[in-house]
Amino acid sequence: MDIKVNVREAQGDIYVVELTGEIDVYTSPKVKDAITELIDQGHYNLVIDLEKVRYIDSTGLGVLIGGLKRVREHGGTVNLVCTNPQIKKIFDITGLVKIFGIFDDEDAAMKALV
Amino acid sequence: MPEHGRGVVELRIPSKAEWVAVARLAIAAVANRLDFSIEEIEDVKLAVAEACTNCIQHATGGDQIEITCETEKSSLTVHVKDYGVGTQPEEIQSRRVSEPREGGLGVFLIRSLMDEVQYDVHPELGTNLVMRKKVSA
Repeated sequence: MDIKVNVREAQGDIYVVELTGEIDVYTSPKVKDAITELIDQGHYNLVIDLEKVRYIDSTGLGVLIGGLKRVREHGGTVNLVCTNPQIKKIFDITGLVKIFGIFDDEDAAMKALV
Repeated sequence: MPEHGRGVVELRIPSKAEWVAVARLAIAAVANRLDFSIEEIEDVKLAVAEACTNCIQHATGGDQIEITCETEKSSLTVHVKDYGVGTQPEEIQSRRVSEPREGGLGVFLIRSLMDEVQYDVHPELGTNLVMRKKVSA
């Protein structure tokens, strides 16, 4: 089991982080490193694409929350792309739907940032 | 699918992050023996994984996690036990996100996803978590 992280620049200094696989206590450090590197480089508007993520646990949620808190300090934000019902349920029961913008596709997530 | 009866499955994994996925797969296989929906199986998987993650992150000194699954016709009871020291009762308090922070959601998720949850915390001996999921009607 592993997580694949693909980072690419989109329009207007928005960076997209595409994740593929499962995010848990073992794999979440790799996701955290990718997000931290982007923020350290001065990129504060991020779209994190969870469409190919099959599973996320509290450590994965923690990485996303940490990233959001850091970019907000610089006036940025993190929008998520997610349609997986089970993963959306986790965001719902933890109340994170009120903190993250969660969109059905990448275009919508980026438009909300522009 | 054969008639579901009472059964006990025991699993012991190293208390290391890379082994949590094994516990997750095993519990899904056990839960699949009952008439759980796919969503309920995912709930059990996540709850057991969160319990193992708590053992790894909060307990020190224990090198194994014991997972015992007891199947009944209409429910699954899972015991997750570690022998690490250092876990404090306040660490298993559930909380909801009001001010977002990076840790502490695991216990909240366990309590949200399972029907019954009971912690037996001994800072000197380890922690035993017992959680139960009923098959929905």
